[in-house]
Amino acid sequence: MAECHPVGFQWVVEAKERGARVFHVDPRFTRTSALADRHLPIRAGSDIVLLGALINHVLTNGLEFREYVLAYTNAATIVSEDFRDTEDLDGLFSGWDPETATYDPRSWAYESTGEQPPAERAEGGPLHAEAAGAHAYGAGGPAAHPNPRTDPTLTHPRCVYQILKRHFARYTPELVERLCGIPRDGFAELAEAVTANSGRERTTAWVYSVGWTQHTVGAQYIRSASILQLLLGNMGRPGGGILALRGHASIQGSTDIPTLFNILPGYLDMPHAERHEGLDQYLELEGGATGFWGNRRSYLVSLLKAWWGDAATEANDFCFGHLPRLTGDHGHYTTVMGQIDGTVKGYFVIGENPAVGSSGGRAQRLGLANLDWLVVRDLTLVETATFWLDGPELETGELRTEEIGTEVFFLPAASHVEKEGTFTNTQRLLQWREKALDPPGDCRSELWFYHRLGKLVRQRMTDDEIDRPVRELTWDYPEHGPHREPSAEAVLREINGVGPDGRALSSSTQLRPDGSTACGCWIYCGVYADEVNQAARRRPGREQSPVAPEWGWAWPANRRILYNRASADPEGRPWSERKAYVWWDAERGEWTGHDVPDCELRKPPDHVPPEGARAEAALAGTDPFIMQSDGKGWLYVPAGLADGPLPAHYEPHESPVTNPLYAQQANPARRTYHRPESPYNAPGGRFPYVLTTYRLTEHHTAGAMSRPLAYLAELQPELFCEVSPQLAGHLGLTNGDWATIVTSRAVVEARVLVTGRMRPLRVEGRVVHQVGLPYHWGWGGDGLVTGDVANDLLPLVLDPNVYIQEGKAMTCDVRPGRRPRGRAALDLLEMYRHG
Amino acid sequence: MAERMGFFTDTSVCIGCKACEVACKEWNQLPDDGFVFEATSYDNTGMLGASTWRHVAFIEQARPAPDGDDGVERWLMSSDVCKHCTHAACLDVCPTGALFRTEFDTVVVQSDICNGCGYCVPACPFGVIDRREEDGRAWKCTMCYDRQRGGLEPACAKACPTDSIQFGPLDELRSRAEERVARLRADGREEARLYGESPSDGVGGAGAFFLLLDEPEVYGLPPDPVVTTRDLPALWRWAGAAAVSAAGAVALAFLGPRGWGGSRGRGRWGGSRGLPGSHGVLGSRGGGGR
Repeated sequence: MAECHPVGFQWVVEAKERGARVFHVDPRFTRTSALADRHLPIRAGSDIVLLGALINHVLTNGLEFREYVLAYTNAATIVSEDFRDTEDLDGLFSGWDPETATYDPRSWAYESTGEQPPAERAEGGPLHAEAAGAHAYGAGGPAAHPNPRTDPTLTHPRCVYQILKRHFARYTPELVERLCGIPRDGFAELAEAVTANSGRERTTAWVYSVGWTQHTVGAQYIRSASILQLLLGNMGRPGGGILALRGHASIQGSTDIPTLFNILPGYLDMPHAERHEGLDQYLELEGGATGFWGNRRSYLVSLLKAWWGDAATEANDFCFGHLPRLTGDHGHYTTVMGQIDGTVKGYFVIGENPAVGSSGGRAQRLGLANLDWLVVRDLTLVETATFWLDGPELETGELRTEEIGTEVFFLPAASHVEKEGTFTNTQRLLQWREKALDPPGDCRSELWFYHRLGKLVRQRMTDDEIDRPVRELTWDYPEHGPHREPSAEAVLREINGVGPDGRALSSSTQLRPDGSTACGCWIYCGVYADEVNQAARRRPGREQSPVAPEWGWAWPANRRILYNRASADPEGRPWSERKAYVWWDAERGEWTGHDVPDCELRKPPDHVPPEGARAEAALAGTDPFIMQSDGKGWLYVPAGLADGPLPAHYEPHESPVTNPLYAQQANPARRTYHRPESPYNAPGGRFPYVLTTYRLTEHHTAGAMSRPLAYLAELQPELFCEVSPQLAGHLGLTNGDWATIVTSRAVVEARVLVTGRMRPLRVEGRVVHQVGLPYHWGWGGDGLVTGDVANDLLPLVLDPNVYIQEGKAMTCDVRPGRRPRGRAALDLLEMYRHG
Repeated sequence: MAERMGFFTDTSVCIGCKACEVACKEWNQLPDDGFVFEATSYDNTGMLGASTWRHVAFIEQARPAPDGDDGVERWLMSSDVCKHCTHAACLDVCPTGALFRTEFDTVVVQSDICNGCGYCVPACPFGVIDRREEDGRAWKCTMCYDRQRGGLEPACAKACPTDSIQFGPLDELRSRAEERVARLRADGREEARLYGESPSDGVGGAGAFFLLLDEPEVYGLPPDPVVTTRDLPALWRWAGAAAVSAAGAVALAFLGPRGWGGSRGRGRWGGSRGLPGSHGVLGSRGGGGR
C-alpha cells in the first residue's frame, strides 16, 4: 500500500500511531513492510491457504462473534442435500460439467422449502458463465430464498456453519507453513492479532489490491476474506471491512458507470441476446424479488428514460430493445483473440496501453496489427499507437511495417487537470475537480470527444429502423467555451436523475417503475440533490464529525460505511460505546447515528416482514445486507459464483508446487486460451522459479504518465528484476548487471537487483525462489527511459468470474546476461517451449 | 527577524515514496540527474547535489539467522536535506555574499550573485552544497525561501504524505521531536534518536534535523559534524599577527574588532575577498558526508 498508494498510506501510519497493529503479507519485503509491525513473506498464489487457516482457527477455537454471525449471516441456513464439497470430490464441487468446463450451481442452493425461486433455477450454465454473468452478480446478488430453513443451534450437519467447519478443517497452520512458506510463529502472531482485535470493542480491516485479484482464483481470495470478516463481525462497522485499493484514479467510477462489457450503470446486467427477450423476461431472470434489488425495474426503466427520453414509453418497453445485447464473452482477452482471428475489425483504446500494460503483449500486438482501424487517445504517443513502427515483433521479423494494414488514429487527450468532472474513489466517494488550465493544442477531454463523436455519428443516421436507437438517444448537453466543451455538471445531473417535475431527485428510493423518473445511474441518485453538485462539497474535516459527511458525496445516499446496520446489535443498540456508529432511537422511532443508516429509517429492529413481501419490504429489521435477497451476509454462496460456493485452494495455472489438498491442481473453471498465441509453461524443471509482477511508487502502470517525466523517470530508470542473494549466487547473477527472464511467451532482459528483501521460501520441503518484476517499461512511448515489456511474459489465463488475468503468480526461468536479439530470441523461446 | 524556521524529518514514518525529491525539483525547476540504474536498493539519485536538494536514502539491513537466512529485517528510509546550520561554514567562506542568512534564519544561495568560486563546497561538513557542472555555480536547498516569503511551507513538506517531513518554527519542532523520541522509546524502540537538534553540537544545531533509527553513519551522515570555520578566528589572529610583523598595521586595522563573535556567523566575513588557500587547511572532523 505504501508502494502503490502512498497518499492513502498516510492513514495507516496515523492508525499505527494510535495503536493499530499492521501486518503485511507479500511475497516481497516492500516499502509497506518497512513500516508494518510484521511482514509475512508468502509464496505468490497461496493466499487461500492462509485465509482458510485463519477461518479454521476461528471456527475450531470458537472465536467467531457468535451473536453477529447468528443474526447477520447465513451461518444457520441449511443447504440442499445434493451439495457435495471439494472435500468429498477431491477438489471439485457438485455440479461440475467436464464437457463445458462449467458448474451447474443448482446443487449449491439452500434446502428447498417447497417452492424454488425461479431465478435460482434459471441461472448458471455455460451461456451465463460465458457472458461473465457471475461478475454482474458480484454486486447485484442472485436470487436465494428469502426465508430458507435454518438451524439457530448451528449443529445441523448441512447448515452453513458446519459445512464451513468441515471444508476448512484441513487448512491448518502446518499447511500454511508447507504451502505459503509462512512459519508457524508468524501465523500464530497473525491469528492472535486478528481475533484479539475483533468483536464488540474492536475491529480489524483487510486491505488488498491486485495482489489478491489477479489470480485464476481472484474472486475466491476476496470471498475468503469475506468469510473471515463476517465470522469476526467486522463488516458494516467502523474500522472493519475489506478494502479494495484500486489501480488508479476513478477505477471505482469506471465500474459504477461501467467500461465493462457485461454491466450497465449501477451494476444492472447487460442484456443477453439469447437469454433476454424483453424487459419483463430480463427483470424476471436478473435476481431475486426481495431485498433492494427487488426494485430493479425502477432502476432500469429510469436508466432507459435518461438515455432515450420521450421515446421511451411503456408501450415500447421503454426502449429496452435499443440496448445492445451480449452474445458471449466480449472481455479484453477474448476481444484480442477476435482481432487475431479477424472478427474484430476496429478498436478504441482510451487511456490504456495494452501493448505494454496487458498480459501477453505479443498477442496484444498481433491483434492490433490485424485490425482495419485503431483509435488511440492518450497524453503521449504510447506503444499501442506505435507498435507498427517500432514494436518488438519488427525486430524478430514476425511483423513487417509495410504488411500491417491497421489504420491508426492518434488523438491527443486532455489530462485530469485540464478538464472538469468527478473521480470516484475506492470508498465510493465522488469528488468533483475543477479544470486548472486549458488543454494544449488539439488535446481534448473524453467528454468532448464522445459528445462530438456522437453528434457526428447522428448526422449520418438514416431513417432506417436499425439507426433508431442512436437517432432517439438523448444527446443534448449544453456546451461552452471556444471548443464547445459539453457541461460535465449537466452530465452529472443526468446521472443523478430527475423527477416528473424535471427537478433533480434526492434519493434512489424516489425512482419509479412507470417511466415518470429518469436516472443515469441509480446508485448515484442524490449526488445532485437540491440542484446542488454535492460532489463539490469541501468542508474541511476539522469542521465536522470524523465521518466527514460534507466532504464530497458517497454513493449510495452519501453513506460512508455500507451495511452499517450491522454496527448495532439485533435490538438496534451499538455493540459497544467504543464502536457506536448507527443505532435505533426508540423514542423518535427511527435509526440515527454518525453516518446515514443503511436501512429503512423507520423500520424498527424487531420488524418481521409479512409473508410474500417484495423488495425492501421483505427485509426484517435485523437484516443488514439489504442488497441480498435474504438480507444476510453470505458465508456460503448458494448461487452467483462460477467456481464454487466456497473458496478452495488451487495452485496457480503455472506453479512449481503440486496441490497437496486435492487431485484438482488448478481452478477447474479458470479460463484458458489454447492456441498458438497463448502458450503455457509446461510443469516441471524448465521453469523452476515463481514470477510475480507489480508496480513501483515512482511509476504509473504501463508508464505513459511517468516514463516521459524526467523527475519520475530518473528515480527508477530501468526495468529490473529483484532476486534473493541465494538465487543470485545459484544462477551467477551480479547486482547491477543483466538477467534474462524467460517464459513460454517471451524473453525479457532486466537489470539485476540482488536484495535480501526477496527471501527464498521453504515450500513442501524444498526451497522455492521468487523473482519480482515491476512492469512500467516499454520500448518507446515518448519515454525518457525504455525497457523490455514485463507483461509480455504473462500467460493468458483468467479468473472465471471476472475474467481478470493471472498476473501475480506464474513460473519462469532466469539466465544471467542480456537476451538474444531478433531471430535468436525466437529460437530461445522455441527451445523453452519444445526443446 | 521572523521566527527561526526549520525542518524536522522523522525517518520512522518515511515510506521512501520520494515525493519530496519530485516536489523539490518541480518547484525549484531543477534539472534531472540523468537516468542511471544504480543497483543500490531503490536509490537511483545517489546523494544530495547541485540538482538534488532532497534525497531519500534506502538502507537494507539484514538479519543474520541460524539457518543462514539473512533476509532483510529493516529497510530504513530517510529524506536528507541541507541542514541550514546555526554556524554555517558555507556562508562564512562565501566571498561574494551570494550565500546569506534569511529572515527565517535559513541559509540561501543567490544564484545571480554566486561567482562559482566553489569555496562553500568543501566548507560544508555534510557535503551538501555542490556546484553544477554546466554553469559552475553552487546550489542547494533554500528551504523554499520563495514559498516561505509567500506564506507557504516548502514543497517537500507539503508533498510528504506521512508527515515524515515537518516544517515549522524550530523551537516547536524541537519539542515535538523530543516527545516523539520519548514515545518511540517508551514503545520499545530504544534505537530512536535525534540528530542535529542540539544547539550545543558542532554546528550550533541544525535548522533541519532528523529522527533516526540507527547511527548517523548508517544513513551517510557524519556522526559529529563541526563547522569547518570553527578555527578561523584563531587562524586569522595568527595570520593578522604575521601580517603585522611583515607589513605593519594595515591588516590589523582591516580586521580589527570583527571575526568570530560567537554569533550565528550571520553575514559574510568582513570585507575580505575570501581566504585564499585557507579552505585547504580547514579540516572537518565530520568529513564530507559520504
